[in-house]
Amino acid sequence: MARVVVDVMLKPEILDPQGRAVQGALDRLGLTAVRDVRQGKQFVVTLDGPLDAGTLARLHELAGELLSNPVIEDYELRVEEE
Amino acid sequence: MRIGIVTFPGSLDDGDAARAVRLAGGEPVGLWHGDDNLASVDAVVLPGGFSYGDYLRCGAIARFAPIMGALVPAANTGMPVLGICNGFQILCESHLLPGALTRNDHLHFICRDQRLRIENTSTNWTADFTAGDEIVIPLKNGEGGYVADEATLDRLEGEGRVVARYLEINPNGSRRDIAGIANERGNVVGLMPHPEHAVEPLTGPSTDGLAFFTSVLRSVVNA
Repeated sequence: MARVVVDVMLKPEILDPQGRAVQGALDRLGLTAVRDVRQGKQFVVTLDGPLDAGTLARLHELAGELLSNPVIEDYELRVEEE
Repeated sequence: MRIGIVTFPGSLDDGDAARAVRLAGGEPVGLWHGDDNLASVDAVVLPGGFSYGDYLRCGAIARFAPIMGALVPAANTGMPVLGICNGFQILCESHLLPGALTRNDHLHFICRDQRLRIENTSTNWTADFTAGDEIVIPLKNGEGGYVADEATLDRLEGEGRVVARYLEINPNGSRRDIAGIANERGNVVGLMPHPEHAVEPLTGPSTDGLAFFTSVLRSVVNA
């Protein structure tokens, strides 16, 4: 069973009010040395069998089409288990 | 004049949109997200709500609903389509309109009667307005901040495709106070505020919203 992990983050220039709210909470809890917090999403995709090149290519396509919105987000895809 | 209103799982404002169409003099036709055809309607409204629970991103899953397979090509060949709130988000996710809607900059869900200025009256949905008209219609969203890169924003402004702009306050952090935009052809319009909730004195802050629906009926008759 192959496992592929896709991390999706808002692009740096897009305001992340949720990250900012989390930063405020960290600050209130005493962690004051925080410059910035950005909140993202992680998708862990477990496949039925091993990962082939076609499936990996399709996962890349869908990571940019469904899992992330390229207008506002970037994604990173990594294979954790072949 | 048959105006289709698409119901997705989690749509909320399909009933009000149908009523607005009826009050404007049109025949509302219910369309289901799982349908793969548009039942020969003359125009389509994508209503507000939380399609698919807003999971993943607002509108991201609705974009791939079977009905969208029929709607996207129809919109690209000139069928009038109005996306309101979640419908606007779906139009952006479908790339029928540029940009995206992001979480309100202040993080709160906002619900208020919002003053807007109508800036483009050449679209299928705004022809019954006069440029510069100021209207008040309800606004209610959690993720209504309109964003696009500077080049896209400049192009929208340069081509007069900003349909409506927020007045008095910017309620959600939208770039350049943008409340609604149109595609190049002017048949596809996305609007974050809700004209379908402002069609009767009893239930709305005004009846200013009605003109969006009378506009499309007239444009379809004239076509």
